[in-house]
Amino acid sequence: MRMTCPLCGARDLREFTFRGAALARPEGDDWNGAWHDYVHLRDNPAGESREYWAHSAGCGAVLLVTRDTRTHEVFSVTLAEGAGA
Amino acid sequence: MADLMLTARNALPQGEALTLAATRIEVLTMRRLTSLMPGRDAAPLATALQKHHGLTLPAPGGRSLREEGECLWFGRDQYLLIGVAPSPLLSGAATMTDQSDAWTSVLLQGPLAREVLARLTPLDLRDVAQPEGATARSEIAHMMGSLTRVAADGYRLMVFRSMAETLLRDLRETLEAVAARQAL
Repeated sequence: MRMTCPLCGARDLREFTFRGAALARPEGDDWNGAWHDYVHLRDNPAGESREYWAHSAGCGAVLLVTRDTRTHEVFSVTLAEGAGA
Repeated sequence: MADLMLTARNALPQGEALTLAATRIEVLTMRRLTSLMPGRDAAPLATALQKHHGLTLPAPGGRSLREEGECLWFGRDQYLLIGVAPSPLLSGAATMTDQSDAWTSVLLQGPLAREVLARLTPLDLRDVAQPEGATARSEIAHMMGSLTRVAADGYRLMVFRSMAETLLRDLRETLEAVAARQAL
């Protein structure tokens, strides 16, 4: 699997570190069911998945990646900052 | 308390480390390195760098060069000023840190340079992806480093000083292996 970093171009997977699923952060600071889900519960999608990846051995940017977990097809790679996640 | 003088020193003995099949591994002289971190808006740094050093702020993967002094793209929102003492007037536009002895620079140059590197980095080293003058942050022998193509057949490799010996050993071993295959 190769990903195209918006700064560095197409790079090998070994330069990247998986940083977890990209989820919508719940509103408010009080603990509730939504926060429990956000912290502890993960889907295990067979198909499209939105994830954070850090280009740790490259430019250091954190990226928002949409990919297919079945085929390893990468649909989009953008900087996580400003991506609304 | 006595005055303390801390002098920056290179992590490796400078000079040629190995030459095989006309391909040379050379530890470069330690030069002044300053990290420039402008934050999210690099425009004031671009203006200040042009004004005080005559250097343009490079785009990702690029570098700008003058007779003395070089500005290297060094990662996201990071630049490295090489070879010159930074003007104190840059401090309003970027956070600056002296990195002179924090990195070690090794030159790999010669007809086998690209073949040696191909065994050590996942980077696409073809001319189309890495033309002369291009720079990249990538893995070098599993260490995070910076590669700059300084000549058609020459690459400057930089890693943290703590990994300097490892870089030199891996380069030596790889050049020996590649040169041995050539000699067959």
